[in-house]
Amino acid sequence: MTSKKKENAQVISQEMIAQDIYSMWINTEAAAEAKPGQFISMYTNDGSRLLPRPISICEIDKDSGSLRVVYRVTGKNTGTEEFSKLQAGDTIPVIGPLGNGFPAEKAVRKRAFLMGGGIGVPPILELAKQMECEKKQIVVGYRDAETFLREEFEQNGEVYISTEDGSIGTKGNVMDAIRENDLEADIIYACGPTPMLRAIKAYAEENGVECYISLEERMACGIGACLACVCQSKEKDHHSNVHNKRICKDGPVFLSAEVEI
Amino acid sequence: MDMKVNIAGVEWKNPVTVASGTFGSGAEFADYVDLNRLGAVTTKGVANIPWAGNPTPRVAEVYGGMMNAVGLQNPGIDVFCERDIPFLRQYDTKIIVNVCGKSTEDYCEVVERLAGEDVDMLEINISCPNVKEGGIAFGQDPKAAEAITKAVKKYAKQPVIMKLSPNVTSIAEMAKAVEAGGADAVSLINTITGMKIDINRRTFVLANRTGGVSGPAIHPIAVRMVYEAANAVKLPVIGMGGIATAEDAVEMILAGASAVSVGTANFHDPGVTMDIVDGIGEYMKQQGFETVSEMIGIVR
Repeated sequence: MTSKKKENAQVISQEMIAQDIYSMWINTEAAAEAKPGQFISMYTNDGSRLLPRPISICEIDKDSGSLRVVYRVTGKNTGTEEFSKLQAGDTIPVIGPLGNGFPAEKAVRKRAFLMGGGIGVPPILELAKQMECEKKQIVVGYRDAETFLREEFEQNGEVYISTEDGSIGTKGNVMDAIRENDLEADIIYACGPTPMLRAIKAYAEENGVECYISLEERMACGIGACLACVCQSKEKDHHSNVHNKRICKDGPVFLSAEVEI
Repeated sequence: MDMKVNIAGVEWKNPVTVASGTFGSGAEFADYVDLNRLGAVTTKGVANIPWAGNPTPRVAEVYGGMMNAVGLQNPGIDVFCERDIPFLRQYDTKIIVNVCGKSTEDYCEVVERLAGEDVDMLEINISCPNVKEGGIAFGQDPKAAEAITKAVKKYAKQPVIMKLSPNVTSIAEMAKAVEAGGADAVSLINTITGMKIDINRRTFVLANRTGGVSGPAIHPIAVRMVYEAANAVKLPVIGMGGIATAEDAVEMILAGASAVSVGTANFHDPGVTMDIVDGIGEYMKQQGFETVSEMIGIVR
């Protein structure tokens, strides 16, 4: 029955950790059930902005019932800019956790790539913290030397960095970092911009590697009803009865072979 | 106090339903809403065969609302009948099936199929602005609207609600046309066609270029059109367009709506319909209304 609701989460702390990138801890009931790779819908307190912003979960602390979100402010007068102004003690309406999350358990006894690019980096942190595998290779890509979350990654696995401007690590993208360091994996988890995910999907298919990618699309409801955030599925989808899957409900994480991107 | 309303012979326990397309077939909202407390559930539009809908992006936020160009993605009537009707029948609410099509034959095929199903009302979508064929093509010309109403009425076993578009010069004329065609009720307004441009990418935000604007921003337009339609025809009017609070719903009823649909507000708060049902009851108590019908269209 009516087990879920929009909730006023309390902000515990907020800081800017790179240009336009903010890290916020919130106290929320959503923490109890949250898994890495899931997201929460965050709502503004401005009545002219109605739609939730789907924000990926960066860290989960079940003991204190809190979640960390790391997000990018997308511009002036945006909802995310409003979020960035919240301070400890303020409240923010949220719903979550939403979506399926990464199947971390599939990495047991395997060599894994945990790949994140840009604002797709944050959900990889909780995955890295929870994952138990034979070889945890965290490959994260940034624009420049502002390699946010890097120290936290280094406490949770082998870290390989790529930067678009070459200021740190491999110059280029995460695929370039894999090649430069001669890395191999039996399973891949990735979140980032579509061109990056497309390259990772192609690499996984060429090398016969099981690969899970987290997709993003404009959403309205966030709970699977409005059919705004669909992606194309390879096979006819059971729910939609067409070649569309709902990113918010059936994803955001998909087996790369299941989807066309 | 009694919140029951009678819409074309079907008794709802209260005057609140949801706008087609904002609520799926109810399953996704069942965690957030007690579906038993809705007067009716209006389902996402369904066609004779599965439709894939439009490319993404399908939605954009606009000031005080949103735009969508989902393009009536739906699983087709077979899956709908097998899966969605039995799901909704578990609840004590009325089922209104929204029907879409590309041609008169498509609409009639779905309506005929539903004649044998356990659903309470049909809502015929002749007002979707986001599909190339059908949809709004029937909803902008009074003659075409009358003709399709007549056609579906031949096959319909349940009362027929014609869903009207605001993208017309005279909503009164459209309401009269479907009344002449034999409609049992009208619902309005569907979304208002709009456009949003991304000034940094210098292109359209929606893949479809245009989309339907909904949300509180369009509420005053909807109130005006509900008022005009309600004063033009004898049919019950289901009013919708930007209803986000009980006050918005009451406003629509005072303008002439016999019932209301909540749409985009479901995206802002999936539980909002419960607050609206409660809030209408509180208003009635405060203002001394014994029945909803005492309130309908009293502002003239």
